Amino acid sequence: MSTVLAVRDLKKSFGGIVAVDGVSFDVGEGEILGIIGPNGSGKSTLFNCILGQLAPSGGDVRLDGRKVTGMRPCDLNRLGVSRTFQLLQVFPQLTVRDNLILAGQEHKGTMLSRLIGRRDAGLSAPADRMLAFFRLGHLADVEAGGLSYGQQKLLDAAMAFMAGPRLALLDEPAGGVNLTMLASLRDRLKAINAEQGATFVVIEHNMEFVMALCHRILVLAEGRIIAQGDPAQVRRDPKVIEAYLGH
Amino acid sequence: MKRERRLLVPVVLTLAAVFLLVAPFGFKPYGIFILSMWAVMTIAAIGLNLTLGYAGQVSLAQAAFVGIGAYVTAYLTTKGWPFWTTYLFGGAACFAIGWLLGYPALRVQHHYLAFVTLAFNTLIYLIFRNEEWLTGGIYGISNVPRPSVLGWSMNGPREFYYFCLAHLALISLAAWWLIRSPWGRAFVAVRENPMRALSLGVDTRRYTLMAFALGAGLGGVSGALYAPLVQFVDPTPFALGLSLNLLLMVVVGGSGYFFGPFLGAMVAVLLPEWLRFTEGFYLMGYALLVIVLMVFCPSGLIGLADRLFKPAARKAAETAAVQSEAAR
Repeated sequence: MSTVLAVRDLKKSFGGIVAVDGVSFDVGEGEILGIIGPNGSGKSTLFNCILGQLAPSGGDVRLDGRKVTGMRPCDLNRLGVSRTFQLLQVFPQLTVRDNLILAGQEHKGTMLSRLIGRRDAGLSAPADRMLAFFRLGHLADVEAGGLSYGQQKLLDAAMAFMAGPRLALLDEPAGGVNLTMLASLRDRLKAINAEQGATFVVIEHNMEFVMALCHRILVLAEGRIIAQGDPAQVRRDPKVIEAYLGH
Repeated sequence: MKRERRLLVPVVLTLAAVFLLVAPFGFKPYGIFILSMWAVMTIAAIGLNLTLGYAGQVSLAQAAFVGIGAYVTAYLTTKGWPFWTTYLFGGAACFAIGWLLGYPALRVQHHYLAFVTLAFNTLIYLIFRNEEWLTGGIYGISNVPRPSVLGWSMNGPREFYYFCLAHLALISLAAWWLIRSPWGRAFVAVRENPMRALSLGVDTRRYTLMAFALGAGLGGVSGALYAPLVQFVDPTPFALGLSLNLLLMVVVGGSGYFFGPFLGAMVAVLLPEWLRFTEGFYLMGYALLVIVLMVFCPSGLIGLADRLFKPAARKAAETAAVQSEAAR
């Protein structure tokens, strides 16, 4: 199993507050890695540093062995790294299909071909396939703002997979999603992982969801990794129980 | 009912096109001049609508670009250059300057950006007024010639009106193509959520600069038509007032709607003329109308039409979303 993402000694501080304090880990190809930890343990900051949304204070990030620390998010995305955000982020005034086309269009052709070429950049059919896969097909022509929260959450995830990424970082994909939709989301993610061999890193608070989805779990507390292992190991680890339940 | 609504847009467009084509035969030269001015200002407003309405970048510098286009054309044509060269030159110069003005927009947004562009407009205005060796200062440049097309002179008011109208038609088509292309989608993404756009591979820096440059370029084209229309340029029309007026056109017409600038320019250019019969009160009436419109319909005239004609469509979409949720 080759390493897709390698994070080495990553640090980020805001003034005197150290949000990420020397985090190192590898993610292998096809792996689903979960990151859990109490609120404020630095999970989202870690994502933002890996993805170029924030400049890390130290350490580096490698994608397939190539150093990508501090690269712009749009360039990183075009290298096959996609993400979702903790808070839902779709484009409410675009239709559901246009949201997906947007998520793929910058991966095809050049600025010029995007101007004079086809309006859908040849992505209508792939977008409709993706919608069918996430069971949103009947909503293709509705403005995304008109969807329910759960449906928008599915769309948000679908957008992250539109360009067929090698690596997807999902920040709380299950947050605010009801139980039936949660099962559907988990199945979709597992299917993408199995069929396309896509690698995932998932931040999640919903333990049941994480345990059922991930191959391996990292536990973060106060900016450091305090435990890691397969779901069963992590569940039994006394340090994890302490971090969650307090002293 | 659905079919009637689908027919509405083509019918209204055809009627508008017929009106614009026959209008000069029913108007005196002054009326034709005002109508030509509407076409010229619509072009500048289409440009600002790209920058502001679609890409969400506030600009109070559109008048500066109209001015640059007008001065370049006036200066070069009075020096004997052929119109088409100066026209392309003016548009290209504005495109390049607009690109440069886009850089501050990468760092500041909203009202801060408004002030940056406002300062730029003032700077350009001062150059027009003070650099007499180049611009003629407050006396401006007079006797700007009108062009001829394939040997056919555009000197008469009616001919020049059709000349402006043809430009408006071509530019409208190009803008229509642009906003329906992936670029238009990327502009909207930059406006609605730049951070998410960036994470989806949208190079927000490049699109923001493009939105500024294209908007400015259309401002320049508008100016290149303004100079031969008025046949005289001086600094006054290109002060901040026109930038605010162009902003008004975009907002009143419907910011981010394709047909917004056409209606907005009508309100800003034609309405004051039609209200002249009220004599001293016409500006007050005009101001009142704009206030009422903005209070009751902040999405502008097109937004108002949208609300009147499309409530059924919106309701249907919402019902579909609710039903599919319930079906789970």
